[in-house]
Amino acid sequence: MKLTKLLTSATVALGLATTAMADDPTKVGFVYVGPVGDGGWTYEHNKGRLAVEEAFGDKVETTFVESVPEGADAVRVITQMALQGADLIFTTSFGYMDPTIEVAKKFPNVKFEHATGYKQADNVSVYSARFYEGRAIQGHIAGHMTKTNKIGYIASFPIPEVIRGINSAYIHAKKVNPDVEFSIIWAYTWFDPAKEADAAKALIEQGADVILQHTDSTAPQAAAQAAGNVVTFGQASDMGEYAPFPRVSSIIDDWAPYYVARTKAVMDGTWESVSTWDGIGAGMVGIGEISDAVPADVKASALEMVAALADGSYHAFTGPLNKQDGTPWLAEGETAADYGDNGLAGLNFYVEGITAEIPN
Amino acid sequence: MIALQKRPTPSRTLSLATPLIAVLITMIMGGLLFTVLGKNPFEAIRTIFWDPVFGEFAFYYRPQLLVKAAPLVLIAIGLSLGFKAGIWNIGAEGQYIIGAICGAGVGLAFYPTESRLIFPLMILAGAVGGWAWAMIPAILKTRFGTNEILVSLMLVYVAEQLLASMSLGLLRNPEGMGFPGSRNFSDFPAGSSWINEAAGLHWGMAFAFIAVIFAYILLNRHILGFNIRLTGDSPHAARFAGVNPTRLILFCLGTSGALAGLAGLFEVTGPSGQINIDFASGYGFTAIIVAFLGRLHPVGILLAALLMALTYVGGDLAQGNLGLPSAAIQVFQGMLLFFLLALDLLTNYRVVLKKKGAA
Amino acid sequence: MDLSAINPVLLIASLMVAATPLLLAAIGELIVERSGVLNLGVEGMMIIGAIAGFAISVETTSPMLGLLAAMGAGAVLSLLFAFLTQFALANQVASGLALTLFGLGLSALMGQSYVGVKPPAMAKLDLPILSDIPVLGPIFFSHDPVLYFGIALTAAVWWFLKKSRAGLILRAVGESHDAAHALGYNVIRVRILAIMFGGACAGLGGAYISLIRVPQWTEGMTAGIGWIALALVVFASWKPWRVLLGAYLFGGINVLQLNLQAAGIAIPVEYLAMSPYLITILVLVIMSADKSGAPASLGRTFHASQ
Repeated sequence: MKLTKLLTSATVALGLATTAMADDPTKVGFVYVGPVGDGGWTYEHNKGRLAVEEAFGDKVETTFVESVPEGADAVRVITQMALQGADLIFTTSFGYMDPTIEVAKKFPNVKFEHATGYKQADNVSVYSARFYEGRAIQGHIAGHMTKTNKIGYIASFPIPEVIRGINSAYIHAKKVNPDVEFSIIWAYTWFDPAKEADAAKALIEQGADVILQHTDSTAPQAAAQAAGNVVTFGQASDMGEYAPFPRVSSIIDDWAPYYVARTKAVMDGTWESVSTWDGIGAGMVGIGEISDAVPADVKASALEMVAALADGSYHAFTGPLNKQDGTPWLAEGETAADYGDNGLAGLNFYVEGITAEIPN
Repeated sequence: MIALQKRPTPSRTLSLATPLIAVLITMIMGGLLFTVLGKNPFEAIRTIFWDPVFGEFAFYYRPQLLVKAAPLVLIAIGLSLGFKAGIWNIGAEGQYIIGAICGAGVGLAFYPTESRLIFPLMILAGAVGGWAWAMIPAILKTRFGTNEILVSLMLVYVAEQLLASMSLGLLRNPEGMGFPGSRNFSDFPAGSSWINEAAGLHWGMAFAFIAVIFAYILLNRHILGFNIRLTGDSPHAARFAGVNPTRLILFCLGTSGALAGLAGLFEVTGPSGQINIDFASGYGFTAIIVAFLGRLHPVGILLAALLMALTYVGGDLAQGNLGLPSAAIQVFQGMLLFFLLALDLLTNYRVVLKKKGAA
Repeated sequence: MDLSAINPVLLIASLMVAATPLLLAAIGELIVERSGVLNLGVEGMMIIGAIAGFAISVETTSPMLGLLAAMGAGAVLSLLFAFLTQFALANQVASGLALTLFGLGLSALMGQSYVGVKPPAMAKLDLPILSDIPVLGPIFFSHDPVLYFGIALTAAVWWFLKKSRAGLILRAVGESHDAAHALGYNVIRVRILAIMFGGACAGLGGAYISLIRVPQWTEGMTAGIGWIALALVVFASWKPWRVLLGAYLFGGINVLQLNLQAAGIAIPVEYLAMSPYLITILVLVIMSADKSGAPASLGRTFHASQ
């Protein structure tokens, strides 16, 4: 991976240009994996971009390219943004990890932020959200709300992010309702409304009266509404149009505070490469309003848990916890580490009590 | 009344002029579209068509055009051979995927061995993978007379499922923290298709140019090319002339499959870098359009592929710089294709005014 | 683990819903192909129908008007294809692919302000006594009107092709356009009407997804169903009742695999998802033995030269 002279000189020229003209607006680029109209993942990232524009007005200039395939096109689009003078570039999908690192090497003066990955560099930060904290709240409410003791879970792909969510929801549902059972469907898609609708129906027909989803469309909400007595939670965005019932609460991906803070850091010249994994406390994971369909005492205890997770006095994975096969994972009072063997980042097993198997 | 009259031979002047007219009309209609969307039409058209080739950063985008065009050329050249003979392989996307899986699989089996022999072996595996996948419709057609359009299309979906299964299973990167997707070939120099990555050159481009030359010679100087054209124009005459249809079907489908497999292999080991669920981004289908835009002529295909590449690269540029939504770019590409296809008529037919009843 | 959790009655009822968009689009494409035209733009026409139906029913708060608009939008878009292939004599494969590209882009542009909007609900047919019948009730008498329309349409298309004179002409055009032309039939007109019918059906199928089955609007929400519809026509060897059967089979495999997963049975999802296509290929091979399958003029360009 050598640098061409041309690229280097362009970079140097741009580097000089950005420092020389300090009055210029700070340019921030966003690379999206889906269309901004997907109503879920990309939609929320774009809301973060709009928040940046609102926060800094004409001191900032944002651009974005949507529906960028992961791979060669991503390299080109990220390079394009860097060439056009972006000071800060957010690449918002896991598949952009290697392209981001590759482009970052050629543009040492441009700052990069890669979402959900694990490869860092001097000018590449990584950031992700502890969605499993939100799942703990969902599990807590779900455990209380279910009458059939059967909770359906629409999962996307068998990756650590999704497995963390299932474990967290299960642990907290089980805590308040020892009889609870989880039915898990792997949809093998992040977004396919028709399939999600079918999955939700299948779960409901088999007796699930709470549906948790790790896919981004509102199709399961609509299926639950049609069924009449099934509880759901919004995913990625609030999905408030289905409140107060079936949607009783939601996990919201709220990237705005992070995007504003990082843009500010570039403006102030204080930006440095960090690895951020924020949860409810930092506002990256938002808990949508718990509706009145939830009994007052459940709502109160759920809000207590939100507060405890936010101030760090409670960790969603606190021992004693065993792995699915019965071997110990966390001892009494021990909390899960982020990295390392059995760490949350690479989590690839279910906790004890879940009867399904992880496909591979 | 307007009527069409078939020209004895396609018009040479018009076959050169119609693509330009089509591009011009697209620019006008596209300009209107961009105006409706509240953008400056002249700036938008310039960003899409001019900036990637002659703009400030053209030094970067010119090789990128080749990166985007190379797989299209490789696949479309192969397809054009069959199309000329009336053999319709529309499952190049599947052959592209299987080529990538086989080639990458062979390469990754040797990871992290460094040897000069690995890459040629991968090329072979990629070509054989694509070839074998195309042999399924070929053999079904020659054996049972099964329609190759439909079988090859069905096999695309099968290949896509295999791709998902491979990215999550067999080829998943053991050091990838559990995420789907194989190892990245940028960490494995022996298996990389880059000749000079910084300059944006990879082996796929070299093979694309070779394919163009090979196809040109085959079609114009070789008896096989003559047989292909004869079969397409008149299957009966071809049979009289002693053309063996079975061998022709096997040759055309096999060649297009092998070339599509190669395109997949070069893409996965270079620009794309890894086998992943979303690896297939529609090159196999776009190449069908490219083959027709290029009028099934090798040089025409080369130009058509570059034009398509330009709308992709320029389109992304227009998104980033002008805030055009990607949907607008898609509509714009759709228009370009419509006009090119519609105006194609003029090359082969003469539009004449006739009195009613004369027919 | 727990197969008893699967309720076969509900399973059949929901696979009928899952199959309906497929059925509608495939029945339309069947007529198109029977006339000798291969339109690969089904996905594009479906998604245009999905957004047009969605937008109109949100604006007018009438799902019925939305469905009509969807049919209109699909038919209008298909006219583009008809113009290219019938007047400009462009290649059908390339034109169909271009149509899909165009439709996906256009629908996304049209739908920008409809993301996150909830459409007015489509009432189910209210058949109070019938829908209470055990087993048969949920399967046959508790659906939305479009589902029944799809089945009725299948019957109508079967009758049209088998019994009506117009159907005979359509088939003649599809089998040999030159012969049909020599007999004095207007090949181009027949084909354009067939293409528009196909467009309207695909549009309705798309709107079924965005208004009834999901219901919401998001870009690219048809997610490949138009392509499966193409496979389905082939699978059915161009026969209407087999399209119905095939739609239930294709839809059924998906619903069944989700149900098996929900029941806790570990199944290799990708391999199961391949099976409809492999079965289709198998059917193709078996069919090609008796030579009665595909319309003989399928995909060939027609120009009446003197």
